[in-house]
Amino acid sequence: METALFLDKLILVVSVFGASLGIAMYSTLAERKFAAFFQDRLGPNRAGLFGILQPVADGVKLFMKEEIIPAQANKFLFILGPSLFMITALMTSAVIPWSTPLDLGDRTMELQVTDINIGLLYVFGVVSIGVYGIMIGGWASNNKYSLMGALRASSQMISYELAMGFSIIAIIMITGSMGLKDVVNAQSTELFGISGLNWNIFYQPLGFLIFIICAFAECNRTPFDLPECEAELVGGYHTEYSSMKLGLFLFAEYVNMFISSAMMAGLYFGGYNFPFMYELGLSQNALSILGLVAFMTKILAFIFFFMWIRWTIPRFRYDQLMHLGWKVLIPLAIMNLIATGGVMTFMASK
Amino acid sequence: MEQIIFIILSVLAVVGALAVIFSSNAVYSVLFLVLTFFAIAGHFILLNAQFLAIVNIIVYAGAIMVLFLFVIMLLNLNKDSEAPTPALARIAGAIAAGLLMVTIVGAFKGLSQGSDVALRGGEIGTVSRLGQVLFSDFLLPFEISSVLFLSAMIGAVMLGKKNLKDS
Repeated sequence: METALFLDKLILVVSVFGASLGIAMYSTLAERKFAAFFQDRLGPNRAGLFGILQPVADGVKLFMKEEIIPAQANKFLFILGPSLFMITALMTSAVIPWSTPLDLGDRTMELQVTDINIGLLYVFGVVSIGVYGIMIGGWASNNKYSLMGALRASSQMISYELAMGFSIIAIIMITGSMGLKDVVNAQSTELFGISGLNWNIFYQPLGFLIFIICAFAECNRTPFDLPECEAELVGGYHTEYSSMKLGLFLFAEYVNMFISSAMMAGLYFGGYNFPFMYELGLSQNALSILGLVAFMTKILAFIFFFMWIRWTIPRFRYDQLMHLGWKVLIPLAIMNLIATGGVMTFMASK
Repeated sequence: MEQIIFIILSVLAVVGALAVIFSSNAVYSVLFLVLTFFAIAGHFILLNAQFLAIVNIIVYAGAIMVLFLFVIMLLNLNKDSEAPTPALARIAGAIAAGLLMVTIVGAFKGLSQGSDVALRGGEIGTVSRLGQVLFSDFLLPFEISSVLFLSAMIGAVMLGKKNLKDS
């Protein structure tokens, strides 16, 4: 039994890592294809059919490029920065529940690496550690543009973490648990007589709005991609980076995008629950696989949303970004929290 | 198994803490301090207090140390720019630290080892248990400390304003 559990987890960890990296890899292609579509161009179409091998070509290119470590840079920290950023980007996926358990005859296989009772806080902890990757990398480059870019990126991430935390506390309140599995399972009940549609978005529309804005800021995506700014800061915190270390920084952004899409789908859009999931009379395994497909569809839709926004909306100015974070989103999130508490007390007393 | 993890974490914590003091580069000091916080969070997990562990990481490693790092990186402290410390200050520092150590040793000498805490079936450190205890047995201290936090926050905002007149 021990070995079976160990094998299950091993398979799960490897496939989650593979899926995160694979989806992130093809997100880079999708990003360029969508950008081309929005701007009435063709996009990359030389490598393979419809440019399907483009991410591989990009990867090979990055690996083959000359690796330059600036003479005055702190070598150890210079390498630690991007590594840490990538590690923390991948670590979050450990607590995401991917689907309902699979039935393997003599045992059931949970499609979640670990179900700790502080899952949501774990995500926060890992995200807040991610700041170190950027800061260390930016400082170790020994370049003022890198340092300023790192400061911008990390202060932006810290600021938006607060509002994000407040919007998640409302979710914890209505679910009564910090385990991600409990949060997703609580959304599988009936709403309007349709099973699997009791999604948190119907209870927390404002909370979701705050969460998605903060997710954009946390991923350093447009309209909040200020750390990277050719006119003011050259490349921001990765100005001095080259070869695969630059690749890790850029690639981790796509992994982050995948993970935050998964968080949004799981917390607000029912995760692996889909409408009419119990009316169809499916077996446990079919339900599990369909749930996984539903979850992936939602995640991909959110990733598309990230790209859609990027090629549609212009960026903020840095003071506008801080203003929005501290003076608009945090008060709104606190109001949302108080309103949620008030409504819950009212419903409980009725 | 638990014993081995405990030893690893303890070594990590002690070595990290010593490295904080002995590294000449202030940025390394901060990073070693973060490592120490992680080791301590690991100890909390061994004690079944996952909530305290993760809060320790989020608050100390994730927020406070990042601010430390901000300041140190912007000041760019290194050996050359460090002002020489006068001999008197060094002696005073050594005496003060020595006295603190004497006090701590004296305080711990009188302690006897307590009996093992009953872990209440692994539930002692969960959020719900902590919340129940905080909001029933320790309600007044909890509220007082939250007022303290609020006043600290307001104080920080007031100090952060360069000129009180411009709003």
